[in-house]
Order: sequence, then C-alpha cells, then structure tokens
Amino acid sequence: MTRPLKQIHLAAHFPGVNNTTVWSDPRSGSHIEFSSFAHLARTAERAKFDFLFLAEGLRLREQNGLIYDLDVVGRPDTFTVLAALAAVTDRLGLAGTINSTFNEPYEVARQFASLDHLSGGRAAWNVVTSWDAFTGENFRRAGFLPQDQRYSRARAFLETTWELFDSWHGDEIIADKETGQFLADPQPGTFERTDQHFGIRGQFNVPRSPQGRPVIFQAGDSDEGREFAASSADAIFSRYGTLEDGQAFYKDVKDRLARHGRSREELLILPAATFVLADTDAEAAELAQEVRLQQVSGQTAIKFLEQLWNRDLSGYDPDGPLPDVDPVPGENTVSRGRASVRMHRDPVAIAAQWRAKAEAGDLSIRELIIEVTGRQSFIGAPATVAGQINTLVQADASDGFILVPHITPGGLDEFADTVVPILQERGVFRADYEGTTLRQHLGLAPLPSGAALSRAAS
Amino acid sequence: MSAAAPAVHLAVALEGAGWHPAAWREPRARPTELFQARYWVDLIQEAERGLLDFVTIEDGLGLQSSRRFEQDWRADQVRGRLDAVLIAARAAPLTSRIGLVPTVVVTHTEPFHTSKAVATLDYVSNGRAGFRVQVTARQHEAAHFGRRSFPPVDLRDRADPQVRRLVIELFDEAADYVEVVRRLWDSWEDDAEIRDAATGRFIDRDKLHYIDFAGDYFSVRGPSITPRPPQAQPIVSALGHADVPYQLIARSADVGFVTPAGAGHAAAIVAEIRAAQHAAGRSGDTVHVFGDLVVFLDEPGGEPGAERKARLDELAGYLYASDAVIFTGPAEHLADLLLDWQASGLAGFRLRPGAIPQDLEAITRALVPELQRRGVFRDSYAAGTLRGLLGLGRPANRYAAT
Repeated sequence: MTRPLKQIHLAAHFPGVNNTTVWSDPRSGSHIEFSSFAHLARTAERAKFDFLFLAEGLRLREQNGLIYDLDVVGRPDTFTVLAALAAVTDRLGLAGTINSTFNEPYEVARQFASLDHLSGGRAAWNVVTSWDAFTGENFRRAGFLPQDQRYSRARAFLETTWELFDSWHGDEIIADKETGQFLADPQPGTFERTDQHFGIRGQFNVPRSPQGRPVIFQAGDSDEGREFAASSADAIFSRYGTLEDGQAFYKDVKDRLARHGRSREELLILPAATFVLADTDAEAAELAQEVRLQQVSGQTAIKFLEQLWNRDLSGYDPDGPLPDVDPVPGENTVSRGRASVRMHRDPVAIAAQWRAKAEAGDLSIRELIIEVTGRQSFIGAPATVAGQINTLVQADASDGFILVPHITPGGLDEFADTVVPILQERGVFRADYEGTTLRQHLGLAPLPSGAALSRAAS
Repeated sequence: MSAAAPAVHLAVALEGAGWHPAAWREPRARPTELFQARYWVDLIQEAERGLLDFVTIEDGLGLQSSRRFEQDWRADQVRGRLDAVLIAARAAPLTSRIGLVPTVVVTHTEPFHTSKAVATLDYVSNGRAGFRVQVTARQHEAAHFGRRSFPPVDLRDRADPQVRRLVIELFDEAADYVEVVRRLWDSWEDDAEIRDAATGRFIDRDKLHYIDFAGDYFSVRGPSITPRPPQAQPIVSALGHADVPYQLIARSADVGFVTPAGAGHAAAIVAEIRAAQHAAGRSGDTVHVFGDLVVFLDEPGGEPGAERKARLDELAGYLYASDAVIFTGPAEHLADLLLDWQASGLAGFRLRPGAIPQDLEAITRALVPELQRRGVFRDSYAAGTLRGLLGLGRPANRYAAT
C-alpha cells in the first residue's frame, strides 16, 4: 500500500539582515515600517501559510572593526512587531527568534504567554543561544558563555519557561460575579526552579494561554543541538534543503525521537529555502543568475571571503583568483555578530575546498562565492517549483519549507498567487485553515491543560 | 479654545476591570475577557473616540495584591495580567490617533530590549508610543528573577535609612536606564539609511553611534538594532509620590504623574518638580505634570458614582483607598475640580476609572463633552503623533553633527 500524500507546511521568513535580501531593487521597500511586515503577513495568510518567521540579531554586525554596511541594517523588536501583526491577521502563526542568553525565563515566558493570548494561540518561539561577549556588551547581564555551557543553559532556560507556562493549568479563573470568587486557587502560578543556571521561585503572573505554551522551534545543527531539538522542539529550522542532505538530516533527527518517547510526527523538519519564479524555466534560470549577481557584489564577495579567512583581504580583486594565503585559525576577529561564521568549523579545510572548486571551474572570487552561497533552492516556472517542493517533502527530505523572499515586502506575492494554487490542486497543501492555532496548523496534538495537567503535576 | 483657558490634557489609566478591586463583579464588567485582545482594543478605541491624549496600561512582574509590597493570596480579586507593551502593540494597528503608554518595570529588565520595544511600538503606531517607568523593590518579584536580592527591610517604613537608600538606588538606576533607552533611540541618525547603489552601502555608518554608557548599575555599548523611531524620542513618563521619584521625573521624563490631595498640594508638587528640573539643567525642556485621580462618575439618569463605590466597597469587604484622590460625583463637578487644580500648574490629568466600562465611558462621553463646552478640550485630533498631542516638537539628535 502506498502511503497517503504528506501535507506540506509552508512559512514566510521576513527578508533578513543579510545579503540574500536585495535592497537595491526598485521594488524593495522599508525593512522597518510596519506596513512591510503587514504586507508579508497578509500575503502569507492569503496563501494559507502555517506561519511568519522573524530572525533576530542583538548587535549590529561588524567586520574589520566597523559596522557592516553592505546589507540591510536594522530591524524591529520581535515581540512588539509580532503582537502588532496579530491585529492584522487571524490565523497565521507568528514565530519569533528570541535569544535565551540575554533574557530571563520569567520575562520571556510572560511575553510569549501574552503573545499567545493576544493572537488567540498563534505564537511560536525559535529558541537560540548566543555565543559572544560582543553581543553581551549591549546587555546589563552581559552574555559570554563557554561553548560547553551553551546548550546546558539553553535547555535549563527552556525547561524553566515550560515550568512557568505550566504553572497555570487553565482552570484557575472562575470569575463568578455572584459568589465573588475570581480564582479557584488563591496561589496560582506557583513555581520553583533551582539548577546550575537559575534559582527562581514565586508566582507566574500570566494565566495559561490558548496553546499552553508557544510552539518551540530550534535551529541547532550539532549533535547536541539535534538531541536538544529531538527532546524538546516542535519544529527544526534546518539548513538542509536538498534531496540527499535533507533526507540524511531528516532521518537522523526523526530517528532520535523514539529515544525521547516521541513519535515521528511530533517534530517537523522545515529547512529555509529561497526561490526564483518566472513564466518559464529558462527565464527563471536567467533571472536567478541576475538575482545572484545582485546579492553578491564584488565587495560582498570579498567580505564573505574575509569571514572565512578571518583576515583583511581588501587588497584582492573580486574578479581575480582566490587568495593563496590560508585563513587565520582560532577565534574570528574579523567578523562579529554573524551566526554564519560559527558554521566554519575548519576554515583551512573549507578554504582548500573552495580553492579546488575555483580552480576546477576557473572561477573568480565573486563567481566562487555566488557558487557556494548564492544558489537558490527553487528556480523555475510555478509548476516546476511546486513539483520540486512536493518531491522533496514526499521523499522525506523535509516536512515543508520556510521561504525567504529576496524582495521586501512583495517578494512572496507571486509565490502565493502561482505556486500555492498548484500545490492546493495536487492536494498536498491546505485550501483553507482548518484550525485556529499554530499547533493545529502544524498537526501537533493539543497540550494537556486543566484537570489533566493538574493531575500530572500532583 | 479661548486663550484665557489653556487646554487640558487627558489620559486614562487602564487596569484590569477598573481600579476598584471589586469592579470585575459589575454587571457590565468582562472579567473572563481580561486576557483577550478584543477587551483591550475595545477600551483603547473607546478612549480614542473620546479624543484622549493617551492611555497608560498597568503592568507588573508579579501577581496583583491589595497589599503594596507583599502578596495577599486573595481569590476574590483579579489576578494575572498580560504584558503591557504587547497589549499596546496589539491595539496599535486598530487605532490611529491615541497615544499608547504601557508600563515597563525597569528594575529587572534590559534597557536595550525596552528601547527597541518602545521604538517598535512607535513604528507600529506611526508615532504614538511612550512608556511609564516603574521600579520595584518587592522581594518576591526579585525572586522571580533570582539575579539580585534586596535587604529585608519593611518598605512601608520610609523613615528607615535603609529603605531610603534602597529607594534612592532603584530610582538612580531607573534614571540610568532611561538615559540608555534615550541614547539608543538617538543612536541612529534619521538619514542613516542611504541605499547608495553606487557604493553598495545600505547605511552611512558614520550616522550610527555607539552610546558607550557606563554607570554604576550597567554598561551598554550600542548602537540600537532599531532605527530612530518616528517620534525620535517616544514619551517617557513616571508616577511619583515623593522627592526621590519627583527627581526622576525632573531628570528623565516628559510626563510626570503625581497624586496631589488638592490644588494647593498640586502647586507645591509642581514647584518641587520645577526646582529639581532646574537643578538637573532641564529648565528648557517641557515636563508636563499630570494629576492622577480615581474616578467614580455619576451615570446620567442612573447610579451615582458614590453609590457605585459604596456598593463595590461592600463587595470587596473593605473601603477602597488609593494613593490618588478618589472623586465621586457628576462629570460637571469633576470638570470644575480639574480646572481648579490645573490653575496650580498641572498640564493635565490621568484618570483611573473605578469600574470599566462605566467610568471609562463617563470620561469619554460626559466629562470630555463638558470640557469641550468649556472650551478647554480638543474637538478633534489635530496632531498625528503623541508628542504632537502634548505640544512637544520632534527633538534634534544628540549625536548629529550640526
């Protein structure tokens, strides 16, 4: 028996503070005005997407000791803009990246619980940890954590917020005007947590929210990160969007779930993906090349190279060959506040690969950088792109995609108008929302609440 | 409006089902909706229909209590609340003119987060944001964060030197906090975003500024991640009852909320704040002083406010008292009182409705028309920003080269 077609999950990522966002295009609008966020959110909701996703960066990125000025710079506060978006959408999930290093569990929990109330159960939290004293300079608590403590604190942070979310069971508020009883329990929200990172106790002050707690996203890729996601997350924001890499990641992570007593449906794998659409595949291919050239200017290519090489390469010609000097090992002192530099685990080896690739293809620095960073996930006519997405999902390379348009705010419009209807016709994407909460959109079972949670707690 | 009678500014302070602890039991109260967006949007839209300058939204980092500094474990009053900044943001796209001033507790939170949150509230409201600075010395709230502890003193004993030292420290820290928030708002010049295709630069980095604040309580490097907000400097406000908070108002705020017992007392408070303002070198800045009042207003042809309060006191089991004067009576008498107090130097009033919606609607539908008849309140919104409503210009950037 063939298994039924999987339903695809789709999300919209607000174009970010990085070079995939083409700000020089005449159609490119504001990255800070609310109208841009409202536009993308309304498009995503019109297309019946699962959620809108916002990234976060708590210090402006620097390179060579200067604020990086080639990409979009500046973004709003995540919670605040998501709460405002709840007013202009009805069903769309609202996912925010919030760092667990520069916050305390009590305030993050009350903000997410509030967002979940104010959106009628549509909040999601992409839990990230930070790594650098550089970002910590913006915070009273500072922020440096040794690598080996990052996941341990993140885990403790997440568990602590869960304790806070679960401290109200959902059946405390009676509000009986006749008898004058507002609360069933005069001490609601009681919690106590003591571990190596936190020592807190008292009363949480936000009643249980519609989803119980926000949907949890995780983006870590290391073994520890995957294990953390398998134990605690509802979805992974992954980097593996191609067939083979995607399938390997998918299988690895889903296989871990059983060890944590969870089923394979309880964790969704959602890679980030970019796309270029045109009327024909040939036109799309041509357009994709143009977009890549816009995304990776000569200057940007040199900056990218410096991020791996960890040294000043401003003297090199972007249209010339790669440097023959090797990257400077150790802590990256050239590029700060950028998540991607963490991915370069062995810069010397990667540089060697890049050099080999450039030599084999006779590529200049700029051409090489376009090759290794710029290729879009999906390129083609709407039917082609719909087919690519569906193939990857049905082949268990993912459960769907978080789409990152390269134009703000209209970059998703064409996708919504042309690709989504094809997926709907094929019966692999919802024609309309069936539920009201993000958990329902994602096919996640409701969390226990009320008496069931009270019993579990006692 | 006549020149002889300067305009009155009016705000309402939104808190749960109203400021009376039994207000949630009123027939028209919506206690089961206190945690839903619709409830708050309705209230703020009602305030906007009344052309009010702004609403404040209460907040706190612990459960509400009838005792000022400790928990009371009462099950017969509203407990639990939503984050005030997020309530304001949720209402922003559904309103267009009224100012939104949520409370932010500064004692346990990050100035960097608050600065970008209020800046973002300013973006999503197109220039209508502010915040009310609040400190907390409550032991049980500190335990929710576990990062600091306060000396085990009786906070009610203001004469205790230890209490006074703690209060001074918390307000000094609040002043530093506001300084950081304000510097971060200025850390981007208005024209920092250049999108210069020729050089490939999105911003002119010379127009972004490190704030490099270093104080006794924290240091913050900057710049903000959020560009300078539409108002440049959203409104900073604080409530004060004594000299130390008056100094915070004088040093740091655009609007101070105070609780005079009468017109003479109001004049004395205003004089004290003006002196502190002068001492802080801010004589040239506008600092509006608003008088706070709890109001139970007569319903036209219906229940007198005094009876409502008495009825609610009976339900609560005690006489509701407040830090602010409690007014009961008809809107006309309240108008008389406001104009009398205004003559002492108050720029406006923040009214705390005893019960919602009755007393909120009495403000917007009876008091406001009465003030309009007397020519001391606007007939329509004339400004698009909260600073504009308060007669404040858009300030220059402290970091911009002139």
